[in-house]
Amino acid sequence: MQALTKAPASKTTSEAKIVTGAEAVLLSLLEEGVDTIFGYPGGAIMPIYDALYGYQDRLRHILVRHEQGATHAAQGYARVTGRPGVVFATSGPGATNLITGIADAQIDSTPMVCITGQVSSALLGTDAFQETDVLGISMPVTKWNYQVTDVKELPEVMAKAFFIAKSGRPGPVLIDITKDVQNAKFEYTYKKCEKIRSYAPYPRVNAEDIEAAAKLINAAKKPYILAGHGILISGAQKELLSLAEKAGIPVASTLLGLSAFPCDHPLYVGYLGMHGNYGPNVKTNECDVLIAIGMRFDDRVTGDLKTYARQAKVIHIEIDASEIDKNVKTTVALHADAKDALTAILPKVNKNTHAEWLAEFRACDQIEYDKVIQKALNPPSGGLLMSEVVNYISELTKGEAIVVTDVGQHQMATSRYYKYKTTDSNVTSGGLGTMGFALPAAMGSKIGKPEKQVVAIIGDGGFQMTLQELGTIAQFKIATKIVILNNSFLGMVRQWQQLFHEKRYSCTEMINPDFVAITKGFGIQASKVTDRENITQALQTMLDHDGPYLLEVVVEKEENVFPMVPAGASISNIRLE
Amino acid sequence: MENQNGYSTDVKLFIISVLTENKSGLLNAITIIFTRRKINIESINVSESEVSGVSRYTIVVKITREKAEKLVKQIRKLIEVLGAFLYEEEDTHFQELALYKVPLEPFLNDSNNRIEKLIRDNFARILVIEREYIIIEKTGRKSETTKLFEELKQFGVSEFVRSGRISISKSKRRTETFLKELEELSASSMRKN
Ligand SMILES: Cc1ncc(C[n+]2csc(CCOP(=O)(O)OP(=O)(O)O)c2C)c(N)n1
Repeated sequence: MQALTKAPASKTTSEAKIVTGAEAVLLSLLEEGVDTIFGYPGGAIMPIYDALYGYQDRLRHILVRHEQGATHAAQGYARVTGRPGVVFATSGPGATNLITGIADAQIDSTPMVCITGQVSSALLGTDAFQETDVLGISMPVTKWNYQVTDVKELPEVMAKAFFIAKSGRPGPVLIDITKDVQNAKFEYTYKKCEKIRSYAPYPRVNAEDIEAAAKLINAAKKPYILAGHGILISGAQKELLSLAEKAGIPVASTLLGLSAFPCDHPLYVGYLGMHGNYGPNVKTNECDVLIAIGMRFDDRVTGDLKTYARQAKVIHIEIDASEIDKNVKTTVALHADAKDALTAILPKVNKNTHAEWLAEFRACDQIEYDKVIQKALNPPSGGLLMSEVVNYISELTKGEAIVVTDVGQHQMATSRYYKYKTTDSNVTSGGLGTMGFALPAAMGSKIGKPEKQVVAIIGDGGFQMTLQELGTIAQFKIATKIVILNNSFLGMVRQWQQLFHEKRYSCTEMINPDFVAITKGFGIQASKVTDRENITQALQTMLDHDGPYLLEVVVEKEENVFPMVPAGASISNIRLE
Repeated sequence: MENQNGYSTDVKLFIISVLTENKSGLLNAITIIFTRRKINIESINVSESEVSGVSRYTIVVKITREKAEKLVKQIRKLIEVLGAFLYEEEDTHFQELALYKVPLEPFLNDSNNRIEKLIRDNFARILVIEREYIIIEKTGRKSETTKLFEELKQFGVSEFVRSGRISISKSKRRTETFLKELEELSASSMRKN
């Protein structure tokens, strides 16, 4: 085995002592400031769980009901705290159950450290009981992975894992530890990892590029900012606000960028993408300078690339070099952390206002209001709509809750109608679009920020993918609030079937269980609401409840989310109805 | 032809040269980047470079420049990759090695020295002579090693093997210097907070 890249000599933070590999894992977690682990035990990770018995006062272990739940919970925890979420799982099925969450974390740049037990080194490659090539399976979806077969490497690998997971463009890391390593004794010392020679997580901002970008912004008649997740990751919310205000630039948000810019700010113009707002989409094809910050021009945002922002000069602020020019050709690329780049550019940008340009967005808002929002928020009759329910949640929580969504129509309705006022309060599965994400992620979010109101908004389909985590929520008394928007359909798929497959509702209708009874069966308070008269009261009861609470809201079965850019179409052809 | 981003849509040979830490699993990590995009690798060669602990990969692919550039960026993203560089054929000096196994018989009866002449004319050489066969070795470009193969066929080639391409760029920079710069870069690219 090759030695790992040498870290620079820095002071040893821990005293040398003889411990087992299993104990070393826990000591390393403590060195990294970890307080919570989401996990599930099994044979190959038993030594670590055994060692954990003696550390329960310092390391809280949340026993999930399925390993996928552990990953999403860790993601929720990471997204609201900015610290890596930590997961334990055993070998084989335990480890393979992590893959969905790891893939989700990878594409949404969420820091996570997964520790899996592995069969003993001597058994590697023999198809031993519960042996799986976790390294091979997870390689395409991790930022880094490593198998430890020599206990002496353990502290260094743990330190590297945390450094890699949280620095630069964050992501999931998986460490696979053989059982013999967990049992082996060695002399343990810990040194935090501060650099790896083959890894430069924070590129230096290039002064010439900053000049060029500032020049473009200062000359722009119709500048336009697209704010992405990178702003939240780098903590550049203030800098973004300053840039927008100083130069008078309208700001739109991607799905994962939501809550990076206050929704009630006069320069905020809305949400981008397939089910985004009307103005933000069409104006992309009319601006003269597009300033994309910490976003990756996902196809759900760009639609048909051939017609996307062809008229605009594009400034792309992005920490991951492989994202630059990947989908959209840039005029000026700022390969840097968003906060560093914005800090450098701010003093070079002239004071300005673009009142006429902003007014164009407001005109679009009016069109969207008349055609869509008005009806979506104040339906004259019929069943409850997702949009109005979200709007009530937004009002009752004053836009200050952490809102966790699953995947589907309810997710798009929430992204459109929840008015985020506080930062880091949007937790959703963006790039992977993982149904089953929300319930465990809400659990992790509440654990990460117990002082905040956490509201999960989930479809009846996605809820049933990980509903067993109600058991975890009950056992650990995690006071998250859960709203199921029940339309008895896999709503988003049904919408596509209606619009693009002549209403052939193939395999999307669901006969659902009694969600309230199920939830109560887990020992969690629950109720159900079906009509407009009672919705706000029901929501208020849920929010006021001291502890976890599930509210099932029966909504209109065949509601559609509009506007919509059909897949592969130009964003200029966004449909309002 | 050009596409919307101004890239030529022509497919041609590119050489991707990668420097990595010499560590298990990295070959897999690199090749899945190609697999995922369904890009076929024409040839690949890996071995330790002049710097101890550092491996050099020479990967040959036939794709468009745009795809090649994006691939290189993806390869650079791997944590243990020290550097990845994209070259066109003319930016490099390159060679392949071919071995040909020919029965000894025709060689012994080669009164006109035809085989020997072939070997000489092609700048090849005899590597070993065994009781049943001889092994001829030739370094050169694919067209050259193929030409010799075609010419040897008449004597019966029982086995023919060709290595992946290895290449050295025409750039003057030393690997050591590059690694030193890299160390400085990784040290300076830390966050202040
Ligand atoms: C794990 C997984 N399987 C399938 C899909 C495809 N998919 C996307 S949205 C959707 C329907 C979601 O239905 P529901 O959870 O009831 O939410 P709604 O759209 O009705 O709000 C499906 C099946 C997915 N995103 N994730």
